[in-house]
Amino acid sequence: MTLRQHFLATAALFALATPAFAIDLEFYFPVAVGGKAAETVQALTDAYMAANPDVKISAIYTGSYADTTTKAITAAQGGNPPELLISLSTDMYTFIDGDLIAPFDDYITAEDQAAWIGGFYPSFLKNSQTEGKTWGIPFQRSTPVLYWNKAAFKAAGLDPEKAPATWAEMVEMGKKLTVKDAAGNVTQYGVHIPSSGFPSWLWTGIVAGNGGTLANDKGTEVYFNTPEAIAALEALVALSKTDGVMAPGILDWGGTPKTFFEGQAAMIWTTTGNLTNVRTNAPFDFGVGFLPGLKQPGAPTGGGNFYLMKGNTDAELKAAVDFVKWATAPAQAADWTKATGYVAPRPDVWESDAMKAYVADFPQAAVARDQLQYAVAELSTFEGPKVTQIINSALEAAITGTKTPKEALDAAQAEADAILKPYR
Amino acid sequence: MRREWVHAWLLILPAFVFLLAFTHIPVVQTLLNSFWSNPKGRRAAAFVGFDNYAAMLADPIFAKAMVNSAIYAAITIPASVGLSLAMALFVHRRFRGVAVMRMAYFTPTVLPLIAVANIWLFFYAPGFGLIDQIRGLFGLPSVNLVGQPDTALYAVAAVTVWKEAGFFMIFYLAALQTIPEPLREAAAIEGCRPWTFFRRVTWPLIMPTTLFVSVNAVINAFRLVDHVFVMTRGGPDNASQLLLYYIYEVGFRFWDTAYASALTVVLVVILSIVGIGQFFAADRKVHYK
Amino acid sequence: MTRVDTILMRAAGWMLAALWILPLLYAVWAAFHAPEYEAKFDLTAPWTLANFPRAWEQAPFARYFLNTILLVTMILSVQLVLCTLAAFAFARLSFPGKNVAFALVLVQLLVVPDILLVENYKTMRMLGLVDTILAIGLPYFASGFAIFLLRQTFMTIPKELDEAARVEGCGLLGLLWRVYVPLGKPAMLAFGLVSVSHHWNNFLWPLIITNSVETRPLTVGLSIFSTTDSGIDWALINAATLMTSAPLLLGFLLFQRQFVQSFMRAGIK
Repeated sequence: MTLRQHFLATAALFALATPAFAIDLEFYFPVAVGGKAAETVQALTDAYMAANPDVKISAIYTGSYADTTTKAITAAQGGNPPELLISLSTDMYTFIDGDLIAPFDDYITAEDQAAWIGGFYPSFLKNSQTEGKTWGIPFQRSTPVLYWNKAAFKAAGLDPEKAPATWAEMVEMGKKLTVKDAAGNVTQYGVHIPSSGFPSWLWTGIVAGNGGTLANDKGTEVYFNTPEAIAALEALVALSKTDGVMAPGILDWGGTPKTFFEGQAAMIWTTTGNLTNVRTNAPFDFGVGFLPGLKQPGAPTGGGNFYLMKGNTDAELKAAVDFVKWATAPAQAADWTKATGYVAPRPDVWESDAMKAYVADFPQAAVARDQLQYAVAELSTFEGPKVTQIINSALEAAITGTKTPKEALDAAQAEADAILKPYR
Repeated sequence: MRREWVHAWLLILPAFVFLLAFTHIPVVQTLLNSFWSNPKGRRAAAFVGFDNYAAMLADPIFAKAMVNSAIYAAITIPASVGLSLAMALFVHRRFRGVAVMRMAYFTPTVLPLIAVANIWLFFYAPGFGLIDQIRGLFGLPSVNLVGQPDTALYAVAAVTVWKEAGFFMIFYLAALQTIPEPLREAAAIEGCRPWTFFRRVTWPLIMPTTLFVSVNAVINAFRLVDHVFVMTRGGPDNASQLLLYYIYEVGFRFWDTAYASALTVVLVVILSIVGIGQFFAADRKVHYK
Repeated sequence: MTRVDTILMRAAGWMLAALWILPLLYAVWAAFHAPEYEAKFDLTAPWTLANFPRAWEQAPFARYFLNTILLVTMILSVQLVLCTLAAFAFARLSFPGKNVAFALVLVQLLVVPDILLVENYKTMRMLGLVDTILAIGLPYFASGFAIFLLRQTFMTIPKELDEAARVEGCGLLGLLWRVYVPLGKPAMLAFGLVSVSHHWNNFLWPLIITNSVETRPLTVGLSIFSTTDSGIDWALINAATLMTSAPLLLGFLLFQRQFVQSFMRAGIK
């Protein structure tokens, strides 16, 4: 062989031996529930790659939701955004404003619009669509529910199978469930609604239960100090201040399940994502129910969507969309739901055999799904983090008593208006 | 002579390349950015002069953060320096179990702050937390230290002091061991009381260490905010908001990088003033051999 | 000291020690007991090792540990080299711009790279170093603190030693290596402790600059337990904490005396 032939042969061999990936995708994901969520994501991407050998997906764990958003934006500013991202559904306006994401509409057929996009629960799509386009695909969504301690109910003379259906009932039952010791110190509170970090989430549910809305669907207006909203906050504050059924001060999210397990609160409000945790660790029988509202049931939705990031080629984004379609298909979504406790975001997932069997075995898992009909969008606006911070601080001030609910909400409304004015 | 200059510059060159690239140039960039507005998507940044600083002076959260940072520094610096000196004095002798005592003081240093924050969250948790359990033993009602604006900042400061005191102890320990034993014995024989000996002899001799430790404590007072992420997130209602944490929030949560630059400039100025002040105080008080 | 003084001091010392070690004791308790005993201090409760494999599964701690060791070693080595050279120049040589240069060094003492995250990320991107262990360390290689400290130490070395070395025919670097480095060792050790401790515990910058298991240090790996929406699993997080801190703790317990003794010769003077 001449040198030239030698060279060509080697080059050919080399080309054959090196796997040539047509598409290379990066996918940032947060871990927001414990358990093996990170592994499950890895297993998901591995399974997809096995079925699609010309696509390589690097699933990159990026911390909490906030950290993930930070990393994605930092990467975009540095000129190297990932193709796919799972981040809070409420980040949508922030991403749009920063010209960071591409709508899914550009990469799917009309058929897909009807069958795929149309197949998600409307409550989840509320935080995923604006201006007639779909910017996020629901993936790991949650909604809070009421967990109650059946043994404590029995001990207080209440029917252990009956959850409070309204706020008033919750307060009344709470009073019977608040137990004091000989010295007059409370050993068990009736109710525990956590308020650390993001009190606005649960408060959205209370406002919804009172018939109010917190924002418009364009992300440009908020309604913090309507009578419904103020009454909702007053009811929350009253739980510890006047009703005496809840501990005073800011209550920690992370410690809420423990508070429940230790019998220090008989009813807790927390995400359905905690279902597996409670099931494993509660030393008593527990029930799961809708959040009792002032006038009607009401709950916020929460959790993360898939986003497509701009700054990548069309081919890459098309491949990314394909992965998202696959990940939200019944088989994969069922696995994800069972492993993490998130709510499967499509009715057809719940219709699958796997999910039906799961629900038959563990009926509490279906409560969050059934509550979806009363679920409202999570608070989401332009300058989202800043506006959310304003309302969170206001809620904290009211809960700890440094301001009255009306004062706090009026101030929050004024501040938020100032920030949102340029966007109207 | 000229040779010396060239040699000197060659010696400091490697360090300076890194200093300039990762400290000074970014600082200048930050300063410049503070005079411009935020770039948003397609909208480029616009020159706004002192607008960001005006916004800062009108920002109640900034004011709270400054007050909190001052209180935080005022607590953690003396407390950690003082406790570390006390610890060093305690373990400076030989007695049974001194190794255990030393280790007890030093363990916070090897535990990552992020893990430590969770342990302390357990201590502070109302109801089932350790502090409340102990209070319960005495018949006292439960307290929510992290969840009330009155106590949140102090709860956070306590964790900081716990984390750093043992670390500073090592430096004091070394310094104490250079004070000759015969000197102490001679003083004792002369009838000098231990407290007087400490005040007149020990304290001045360990002054360089005190300076070293104080500088570290000042830096930490502004730098150690990792546990705020886990414990309070600046709340409730900004009761535990600290300047560096606010900078992170503004810059990386609100994406208001222009305002964050202005805040960073303030932090840099504060640290520079404190640093220069300490340096001059040191030059005068500390005596070298 | 009188006997009463000694007893009082001893008692105070033990009380403080008890308070100080409480978090570690709790970590041990929670790590070795099932989650239901996290808040119940029932001394008859059964001990268990089950939390450790559970924690181990959550993240590849062995790899994180390796990454962290590589990181702190790399940073300290480079810091010592760069900063010794610079400190020597500041301590012994005179040259134009010396005061300005030293002032710039002092700035870095306090303006820590942690504040300059976005700018530094952009630089790393430009250099193509995102998601490398090198990138975690680069902003810290030139440590104003080390230069300051070593300069102080070098300034205390008697000039007669300089002349003695010159007489023997030592060049500048030879002088540095033969005289200053040996005498500066205690200060270097002191600085080493500061550096290793800082970078072992550093969280924010590594979180931003690293993406993969191959580069992530322990603190970022541990954060996976702190960022959950669901409840804090104290048993798990403490098991993970102990696993990752045990080597350092054991090291200190075993080598305390040598450690402190070598500091004796440092005495930050």
